[in-house]
Amino acid sequence: MTPGQTPSQTVGPFFAYGLTAEQYGYPFTSLFPPRVAEPRARGEHIRVTGRLFDGEGKTIPDAMVEIAHVDAEGRPVTSRDTAVASGFRGFGRCGTGTSADQSFEFHTIKPGVAAPGTAPHINVIVTMRGLLVHAFTRLYFEDEAAANAADPVLASVPAERRATLIAKRIALPEGVEYRFDIQMQGPNETVFFDL
Amino acid sequence: MDKPLPTSLPTPRDWTSHSPYIHPDYRSTVLRGPKRPLLPIKAHMADLAAPVYGHEDLGELDHDLTRNARRNGEPLGERIIVAGRVLDERGRPVPDTLVEIWQANAAGRYVHKVDQHDAPLDPNFLGAGRCMTDSEGRYRFMTIKPGAYPWGNHHNAWRPNHIHLSLFGSTFASRLVTQLYFPGDPLLALDPIFLGTPEKARERLISKFTLDVTEPGFALGYEFNIVLRGLAATPMEK
Ligand SMILES: [Fe+2]
Repeated sequence: MTPGQTPSQTVGPFFAYGLTAEQYGYPFTSLFPPRVAEPRARGEHIRVTGRLFDGEGKTIPDAMVEIAHVDAEGRPVTSRDTAVASGFRGFGRCGTGTSADQSFEFHTIKPGVAAPGTAPHINVIVTMRGLLVHAFTRLYFEDEAAANAADPVLASVPAERRATLIAKRIALPEGVEYRFDIQMQGPNETVFFDL
Repeated sequence: MDKPLPTSLPTPRDWTSHSPYIHPDYRSTVLRGPKRPLLPIKAHMADLAAPVYGHEDLGELDHDLTRNARRNGEPLGERIIVAGRVLDERGRPVPDTLVEIWQANAAGRYVHKVDQHDAPLDPNFLGAGRCMTDSEGRYRFMTIKPGAYPWGNHHNAWRPNHIHLSLFGSTFASRLVTQLYFPGDPLLALDPIFLGTPEKARERLISKFTLDVTEPGFALGYEFNIVLRGLAATPMEK
């Protein structure tokens, strides 16, 4: 027997030179940069961006967002060799402290369907100063309305809160962007899961 | 390094071991912690894949913070070794898992640009490191004992000496971000971040001084074992 789970503590405000060093310009390599898919990776290349808001509606400039998702064919990345060969890593990190508007920005590919009857989605971990336990949420895609309607996880969320999990599709000259803002509190508090 | 998908569901997060999201003594939680109850989720296996990485992704000195950022000499301060094991809740080792750390220097100053504490930076110390556990779940860092530092939470607030840690474990659900403290620190009894943790679980955050890890004539040793969520004994239904 062990003494039980090691308690979570906040990531604090000063994680950047350790966990997201390259993004912030510190002299340390990053194992999980915000570029999750190299240009050669198969699938539809997209950007995933968003901001985090506190209970007063202020943007949060010192959060770290981690995303994880399956490849364009719906397969999880389970080996480093596969990730290196395909150019798709499956997991990325981005802090909100390097852009003028405190947004995060990932370059990745749109995930495929991992299991029949489920909608494409991205798993999201949020952590920041003031969050004593990191929070899990999920990003679904606005342009997958039919798949979303059938997805069992979305169905388990009260209808009036589902919109907090749907990223907006924005077609820009440089490519498709999905916008996913995260509200930590307030009337539109994002749904967080007890994963 | 292959990271096969789990064959059973993760054990739940034990909320009796973790802080509540809103802990008003730690002021930043008041506007940032989710207020509505977390919703249950039935994760599919593909959602439980842990990030992939390998020993080849790490630099030779990544585990030694006394050497990985030297410019013109050795970093100042008290050399220490921090070592231990990463285990699941049944006491089984978690092999080949990444342990990332970051910390203040001996003077209590972070390299991070936002840290304005009036204490010197050390040109030979970055304060970031990482390593992977071995087949027995063991990890080991050489570093400098971090200093205490003041913060703006309340009048005369000081953080106890601590090292930040980030771990993945064997699934996406076993993610853990935490902090390691040192035995006998008088600031622990005053620190709202440490005290956010339920009392019964607090001592799990405090490393133990031990001669077993100490290197004679060189550096004191602290042991810190980390327990991550594991997998349920019952295999997942297909
Ligand atoms: Fe800290």
